[in-house]
Amino acid sequence: MAGPGGDMQWCFSQVKGAIDDDVAEADIISTVEFNHTGELLATGDKGGRVVIFQQEIENKNHPQFRSEYNVYSTFQSHEPEFDYLKSLEIEEKINKIRWLPQKNAAQFLLSTNDKTIKLWKISERDKRPEGYNLKEEDGRYKDPNTITSLRVPVLIPMDLMVEASPRRVFANAHTYHINSISVNSDNETYLSADDLRINLWHLEITDRSFNIVDIKPANMEELTEVITAAEFHPHQCNTFVYSSSKGTIRLCDMRVSALCDKHSKLFEEPEDPSNRSFFSEIISSISDVKFSHNGRYMMTRDYLSMKIWDLNMENRPVETYQVHEYLRSKLCSLYENDCIFDKFECCWNGNDSVVMTGSYNNFFRIFDRGHRRDVTLEASRENSKPMQVLKPRKVCAGGKRKKDEISVDSLDFNKKILHTAWHPQDNIITVATTNNLYIFQDKVN
Amino acid sequence: MEVNAEARRILAVSISKLYASRSQRGGLRLHRSLLLSLVMRSESDSDEEGCDNEITEDKENLSPARQSRKRRGKASVAPDFLPIKRARLESGEDRYAAPLSSCRAGESLAALSLNRVIPAF
Repeated sequence: MAGPGGDMQWCFSQVKGAIDDDVAEADIISTVEFNHTGELLATGDKGGRVVIFQQEIENKNHPQFRSEYNVYSTFQSHEPEFDYLKSLEIEEKINKIRWLPQKNAAQFLLSTNDKTIKLWKISERDKRPEGYNLKEEDGRYKDPNTITSLRVPVLIPMDLMVEASPRRVFANAHTYHINSISVNSDNETYLSADDLRINLWHLEITDRSFNIVDIKPANMEELTEVITAAEFHPHQCNTFVYSSSKGTIRLCDMRVSALCDKHSKLFEEPEDPSNRSFFSEIISSISDVKFSHNGRYMMTRDYLSMKIWDLNMENRPVETYQVHEYLRSKLCSLYENDCIFDKFECCWNGNDSVVMTGSYNNFFRIFDRGHRRDVTLEASRENSKPMQVLKPRKVCAGGKRKKDEISVDSLDFNKKILHTAWHPQDNIITVATTNNLYIFQDKVN
Repeated sequence: MEVNAEARRILAVSISKLYASRSQRGGLRLHRSLLLSLVMRSESDSDEEGCDNEITEDKENLSPARQSRKRRGKASVAPDFLPIKRARLESGEDRYAAPLSSCRAGESLAALSLNRVIPAF
C-alpha cells in the first residue's frame, strides 16, 4: 500500500492476553471497538466481560512510538441467565459493543449479549470527600450528642479509580439472538437487531422499544432468510441498513413508515452460476455491514469476499475484494469442520481509503482502495518484537509453492481473526485472535 | 453416482450438525439452522435428481412388473417444512433410518430433519 512517501508498512506494537496455548473459552474475544476518538479500545469476551484499554499520553521524546494502550477498566457486563419458559440457557457472551459519543467527563457504551443490551457508564474518580459531619472516616455514624460543630467536607486527591456502572438495562425485547446494535447519529436512539426483527430504542427508556423491521413469516415453515447485521447511517438519522443471510442489503428510511418492512433500496448482486455449489447459500450470507465514515458507501463481508457498495447503485457493488478465494475449493471440508459458519467482520480506516478484514491462520487482509493494492499480514507471537515490521504473507493456492509461501492445506483453521478494528483517526489497527488482542501501527518514517 | 454418494455424505453430516446444535449453549441458532436446512435441501434435490437419473438409466433394464412401480416425482415429495407434532426427538424415530443402499434413505432423513428445523422456532 502506498501512502505519502511510499508503501505503508505495519509494525507490531502490543499484544494483550495470556500466552498459554490452552485457551479458556471465557477468554475468547468476541468483539472489539474503538471509541470515537480512538483513545479507548473496548473488548468483549465469551465470559461476558468487557475490558477497556486507554491510550496513554503521547511520548513526545520518542515520536516514532505511538502511545501504548493499557488496561483502563474491566467489568463483568453480562452473566449467564436461564429462560425457564423455554428451558434455554442465555449465553453471557458479548456479541457487540458500541460507544456513545462523549458528552461529558464520563464515557458511555452499549454492550449486548444474545438477549439483553446494557448501557454502561465509565467514569473516573480521583478525589474523595473527607470530613463528614455525621460519619466517621470509616463510615460509622457518629453519636449525634458528640457533634458540636459544623464543617464542610473537603475533596482530597486519591489514586485514580475507574468505575463502570450499569445505567440502563434494555431487556425482554428480542425473541431471537441479537446480532447487532447501532447508535443513531441523533445520539438519542439506537437499534438492536436479531435474526428476524429490528427494534428502535431511546437511550433513556428501557421498558419499551419500537419494532421497525419484522421479517418473521406468518408460517415459520416459509422462512427463507434472516437478518445478519444492521447499522444506522453515520449522518442521516432516518436511514439504516440491514443485511440478510441471502446476501442482500436493504436500506430503510424511517420517515416513510413506522414499520420499515418495505425497503427503500435493495442492494443485491446476481450470483455467478458457474460458482454454484451446495454451499452457495452459506457463503453468500453477509456476516457484517459497515457504512463508510463519509456515509457514501457501505461495505459488506460474506464468507469469501468483501464488497463496497455505492448507496446510489443497487444492482452491483462498485468494488469487490477476494479475501481468501483459495478456500472456494475447500468448502466441503470447511463445512464439515464448521468453519464455513464463521462470521468475519470488516472495518474502514478513518478516511475510508483502506479496508480490513480477518482470515484464517491468524492472517488478516488490508486492501488499499485507492492504490488497488492488498496485503496479507499475520498476528503472531513470533513477530512480536517491539516495532518489528510485519512481513507480508502469501498463500499458495496450487502448483509449486515458493519459499515464503504457505500452502492452503497447511493453514490452521482454528486460528481465525473474526474481529478487527481501525483507529478512527490514526493508522493504528487492532485484530483479535482467539484470546489475544494485537495492536499494530504503521511505521512512522 | 459419485455426486450422489458425496451428496449423501454431506447430508449425513448436515443432519448430525443439526442434532448436535440442539445441545448447544444458548439454544438452537436460527441462522445456523436455516443454513443447514438450505444445504440439506440442495443436497436432497441433487440426490433426488441422481436417483431419478439412476432410475431412468435402469428403466430399460427393469422387468415390466418393476417398471410399473410409481416414481415419486418432485411434486409429490413431502414439503420441506411439515408441521411437527412433537417438539423433540423421541425414541423410536430411528425407524426412519433406511438402509444405506437405498437412495431414498437420505431423502427420508432429510425430510425428517427439515420438518423439525425451522418450525421448532
